[in-house]
Amino acid sequence: MDTAESSSTSKKIQVQRFKPDDNPDKHYLNEETGLWAWLTTVDHKKIGVMFLSAVTFFFFIGGIMALLVRTELWTPAKTFIEANTYNQLFTLHGAIMVFLFLVPAVPAALGNFILPLQLGAKDVAFPKLNLLSFYLYLTGAFVAIFAILNGGIDTGWTFYTPYSSTTGGAVTTMVFGVFIIGFSSILTGVNFITTIHKLRAPGLTWDKLSLFSWSLYATSIIQILATPVLAITLALIGMERILGIGIFDPAMGGDPVLFQHFFWFYSHPAVYIMIVPGFGVVSEVISTFSRKHIFGYWAIALSSLAIAFISFLVWGHHMFVSGQASLASMVFSFLTFLVGIPTGIKMFNWTATLYKGSIDIKSPLLYIFGFFFLFLVGGLTGIVLASIALDVHLHDTYYVVAHFHFVMVGGMVMALLAGVHYWWPKITGRMYNEVMAKIACGIIFVGFNVTFLPQFVMGSQGMPRRYFNYIEQFQPFHQVSTIGSYILGLGFLMVFYYLVKSLFTGKKATANPWGSRALEWQINTRPPLHNFHHIPVIINGPYDYHKPMEEFQLGLAESTGDGHGQQSDIKVTSDGKEINAE
Amino acid sequence: MADHSSSTTHSRFFQHHFVDADQQFETAKMGMWIFLVTEILMFGGLFAAYIVFRLWYPDLFTQASTQLNTFWGGVNTVVLIGSSLTVAMAIKSAQLNQKKNIAINLGITLALAAVFMVIKYFEWTHKFELGIFPGQFYDFGGIEHEKANVFFSLYYLMTGLHGIHVLIGMGLMGWLLWRSLKNHFDSEYYTPIEITGLYWHLVDIIWIFLFPLFYLIE
Repeated sequence: MDTAESSSTSKKIQVQRFKPDDNPDKHYLNEETGLWAWLTTVDHKKIGVMFLSAVTFFFFIGGIMALLVRTELWTPAKTFIEANTYNQLFTLHGAIMVFLFLVPAVPAALGNFILPLQLGAKDVAFPKLNLLSFYLYLTGAFVAIFAILNGGIDTGWTFYTPYSSTTGGAVTTMVFGVFIIGFSSILTGVNFITTIHKLRAPGLTWDKLSLFSWSLYATSIIQILATPVLAITLALIGMERILGIGIFDPAMGGDPVLFQHFFWFYSHPAVYIMIVPGFGVVSEVISTFSRKHIFGYWAIALSSLAIAFISFLVWGHHMFVSGQASLASMVFSFLTFLVGIPTGIKMFNWTATLYKGSIDIKSPLLYIFGFFFLFLVGGLTGIVLASIALDVHLHDTYYVVAHFHFVMVGGMVMALLAGVHYWWPKITGRMYNEVMAKIACGIIFVGFNVTFLPQFVMGSQGMPRRYFNYIEQFQPFHQVSTIGSYILGLGFLMVFYYLVKSLFTGKKATANPWGSRALEWQINTRPPLHNFHHIPVIINGPYDYHKPMEEFQLGLAESTGDGHGQQSDIKVTSDGKEINAE
Repeated sequence: MADHSSSTTHSRFFQHHFVDADQQFETAKMGMWIFLVTEILMFGGLFAAYIVFRLWYPDLFTQASTQLNTFWGGVNTVVLIGSSLTVAMAIKSAQLNQKKNIAINLGITLALAAVFMVIKYFEWTHKFELGIFPGQFYDFGGIEHEKANVFFSLYYLMTGLHGIHVLIGMGLMGWLLWRSLKNHFDSEYYTPIEITGLYWHLVDIIWIFLFPLFYLIE
């Protein structure tokens, strides 16, 4: 305990304004250099950057597989690859996109970078665990790739038994890989929840928490509750194949439907692991570019938690035709409709935030507009699929494929791209080409719709998913869809091109190019190694655009603040503050 | 709780991203509690499978359970509960700054865990001799039920996963013992003992559920 005046937990503490530097000489990328420093870093920002690179890599691998699948579907019979290869390709497209891209994309990449900055913390609660999480992810990815090269898998990403426990190929290795990746996800969840609870800056009460942090909190809850069940399920498939334990094998007295219960107990909540962090990005971007307080702060924050809660009660809607009791199907159907409520609350609140805002359509917001349209279609078709009578008809058709691509690509990937564009200046210190970003957004939006709208039509006409051959009446739809996928691929390549180009020739970014009030924008661009040179003191929420910028840059100087009492002891009120403006 | 709240920020195990030692302690503890939740969910999958198959084949479970040795299962239960006591005593010793007792209590905990695993080893190998193997390798004629393999698959899976946790716990106890002999722990800093203790209690509690579910059914 030093000379800190603040330790007396009085209402009055001496705070000071700290203006961020636009282009400091020292930042997190050059304070420690060299390959070894990168590989052993416990800095959440570098780990976030490494995750971002890794998920981008796997997005391209998965994307190429999608293009191959779409190309094969150009003709009703064989176009250029064998049926077996086709089965492996769509399996790997699904498995890679779900486990290696969608699940870690926003939490582990953007979340790692942004969360401690938004909390005013120097790092996540367990920095070494964070690094371990990254290496578990890489190890799992390598095991999965090893499985692909040594026999491959053709089960679909869902690994349904008894097919998965009896088919050839490297299913055991693959599930082991996914098992390891699951632990990476669990550790991220443990880390984030603890960080949000324990490492918030003085004055950062729960009602001043950014909505991105709230969404990561909800996501982490799902991660820690659902992922262990996936882990044990995959371990059981492995045991089934090695020892023939027969838990899921009806021939030995087991129950294949039990596998489906276990699998969807994880995998349905996992859908929300993928989309809820995207919701957080939407809230941040919407508020920043409307220059307006977010409408319905608590409604948005708590609806994330509500989605997390309901997500655990709806897994049975994947099993309407699997032979579960019809009463169970009715209950699951009803509960599934409930998901529409918190999701709808979010959509309405975001729209209301735009109302009478001074909207500045920069590229991050444009991506969010794309998100709105595509996610709305994805969400509403989800309601259609939740109705039992319709689902019996639409189950396992292209309608389902189109539905979850609208949610996952139209929703999640658009939100991810919005987040990447939004935080790119903070992460890299560079601005990308705004015109190209808008054009790319348009191309992706058009390409996406051309790819997946026809799939709704052919799905409702009965085209089953995953089929290699199809009847000729579907050929025009498939061909339009394939052309759309090329447009979509072009759009993503364009994004990759101008983002990478900006690293070398982009204009230097200022500390707060969007004029945001959120805490991560009140520090240097790029941030210093330990994020803050002072202890930030929070008196306003992150969306209080009606208050002057100087009130968002307050803090205690490091020397006096070091070692003062529990953070929550300090009560900072607007009235009690003293600002020593420069 | 002990007096770890004098909040030295100068301990050699203090990490810079925390405000004080108190915050570091509370954070580590919360992280472990959350991790324990994930453990419960992981075992939860197996317990759910147990419930399903017990409802399907109630006769099988009562018959097959007779093959398990209640006496040695009971001994193991006492052994594990005892080790939970000693790990709690290790934490108490740390809080009272009795550095020698930390090492002694951790040593006893480690030894009791080893006793548990030795008994488990003899239980398993005895069954292997009878031909009671898991899954498709099951080869035992003593139970008049065609799905007898299902019971033993569950038995091996659940006690096996629990055993893996005991082994991990033994590794952690060994590491703590080594550190306590190097004088790393005192009343100011004993976070690793505290959170490993939490983990160890969970391992104990899971066994307390496994024991009646497999050994004591009639």
